[in-house]
Amino acid sequence: MTGRIVVIGVGNPLRGDDGVGPAVVEALRGRVPDDIALAVSDGEPGRMLELWRGADIAVVVEALLLHPARPGELHTLTAAEVAGRARGTASTHALGLGECLALAEALDLLPRKVIVHAVEVADVELGTGLSEPVRSALPELIERTATSVRRAGEENHQRRTSGGAPLP
Amino acid sequence: MSHRGTRVLRLDALARVEGEAALHLRVQEETVTEARLRIYEPPRFFEAFLIGRAHTEPPDITARICGICPVAYQMSACQAIENACGVTVEGPLAELRRLLYCGEWIESHTLHIYLLHAPDFLGRADAVELARDHRAAVERGLRIKQTGNAILEQLGGRPIHPVNVRVGGFYRTPAPEELRPLAERLRQARDDALETVRWVAAFDFPDAGSDHDLLALRDPGRYAIDSGTPTVIAPHGRTPAPREFPVSDLEQHVHEEQVPHSTALTAALDGRRYLTGPLARYAVNGRWLHPVAAEAAREAGLGDPAAGDICANPFRSIVVRAVEVVQAVEEALRIIQDYEQPPRPALDVIAREAVGAGATEAPRGLLYHRYALAENGTLTAARIIPPTAQNQAAIEEDVRRAVQARLDRLGTAAGDEELTRLCERAIRNHDPCISCAAHFLDLTVERG
Repeated sequence: MTGRIVVIGVGNPLRGDDGVGPAVVEALRGRVPDDIALAVSDGEPGRMLELWRGADIAVVVEALLLHPARPGELHTLTAAEVAGRARGTASTHALGLGECLALAEALDLLPRKVIVHAVEVADVELGTGLSEPVRSALPELIERTATSVRRAGEENHQRRTSGGAPLP
Repeated sequence: MSHRGTRVLRLDALARVEGEAALHLRVQEETVTEARLRIYEPPRFFEAFLIGRAHTEPPDITARICGICPVAYQMSACQAIENACGVTVEGPLAELRRLLYCGEWIESHTLHIYLLHAPDFLGRADAVELARDHRAAVERGLRIKQTGNAILEQLGGRPIHPVNVRVGGFYRTPAPEELRPLAERLRQARDDALETVRWVAAFDFPDAGSDHDLLALRDPGRYAIDSGTPTVIAPHGRTPAPREFPVSDLEQHVHEEQVPHSTALTAALDGRRYLTGPLARYAVNGRWLHPVAAEAAREAGLGDPAAGDICANPFRSIVVRAVEVVQAVEEALRIIQDYEQPPRPALDVIAREAVGAGATEAPRGLLYHRYALAENGTLTAARIIPPTAQNQAAIEEDVRRAVQARLDRLGTAAGDEELTRLCERAIRNHDPCISCAAHFLDLTVERG
């Protein structure tokens, strides 16, 4: 479907700060237009590829672990930047988001545009609830994601009205 | 560099093992004296989290233990609660559950075969490299996986953490015509699944054996998935004779204990190292494979499952998984064809003060749950024994054997990098599920 926009919150709400992606998606329910697909994922690549299959723009919200860590720090990354970071460092997931994006690229399954909003985590031990730094950063993260969704909608609208070639 | 004396390998980055893993390997005078793997945090957090909850909650809560096999957790949880309450789910409701489970087998096995395991046999670093060089194969794998996913969406409500399963049955059951599109997809998936068996059967397999006892559910007349009796068979063929025990007795047989080569506590079955999962399932249930799956197994060089042939080479587990995908596809087609919508989506499961146990065959092996309920249904105790925790000792022994076999090969010295890759392969043969443990890899090689 040309012009489809999907928001994917990646993470496990039972792993502390890893639940930040799903938390953002929950916060967006009712705040974004009905034609925006909201999804939660554990980041498993096969399912990620399915979630953004046919999408024009994917907005992904992720937990991020960097060394040295600055918990609560927000990052907005492109697909290429995330793929460049690849395994281990950039994602809390088995095959990280970086590998997932690289896999999608190899199979020509990348959406036209992928925007990754990430927050640096403090604690991904078993347990519910976000750490203080991540909780404090949450409103700004939600705002950034909502802004990306709004801009994606405007961009799609412009492409349609300006006769921009629809992507297959 | 290989040299005489003691060296200790600590592998810091176990690629393509789901979740966190750490391996500690000690080599003294070219003999592996210790292979210690930390790959699984038993779900103690979830056990504690469940205490005080209602008896209707374990399927939803435990489904979150693993994003790869939530249905397995739901099914073992439902059975344990239903067992405590004296309820048995049968007929079309049980068939629907089995269909849902087939979807999970298809999805989970295909993920492992194509994205995690196949790169080992084709000399590729990971799934991304594999997709670049073997694109048609990876696309085939993703197609099969999507079919499994479609079953999960249709019956489970959504693919991760399915929401439609409840104690006693489902919140809603589909009409037969709703399942017809799935049958169409499954018929296509059957061709892809058979092609998968041929594809993996042609890989080169290191010569390896194993001598673990094998534990799987046995469900006479059909390949065990969602029900059966725990059955143990000896590693080398048929002696001693297979033995079985009721699910409710499992904790009398499975103990965590010290093993000689490791300082960690490891599960043992009646004091012996054992393996659960595809190789065990195939050994116990092979004769009940669907004819199409049995034929695929024979053609793939797994011997004759009808005659009780077993597969003892852990590197060939990828072939057994591929055969099990064919089996799950055939079984799903059969269920859809015979399906009649049950009169009610769920049986009443009235709480009572009791203890109940349940076990099913998760893609990675036998998954056991036990719950104790108070009179009002509040959970007072919970115990979960996942397959990977049970397999830990067997995986460690496989690592030890694989490394020792390499060290015994004269002529070329084994470098750290080669040994690391070998260890990772030996571990991946068992598709350890640790995604519910931390997701960071921590594998270090230390040589002294």
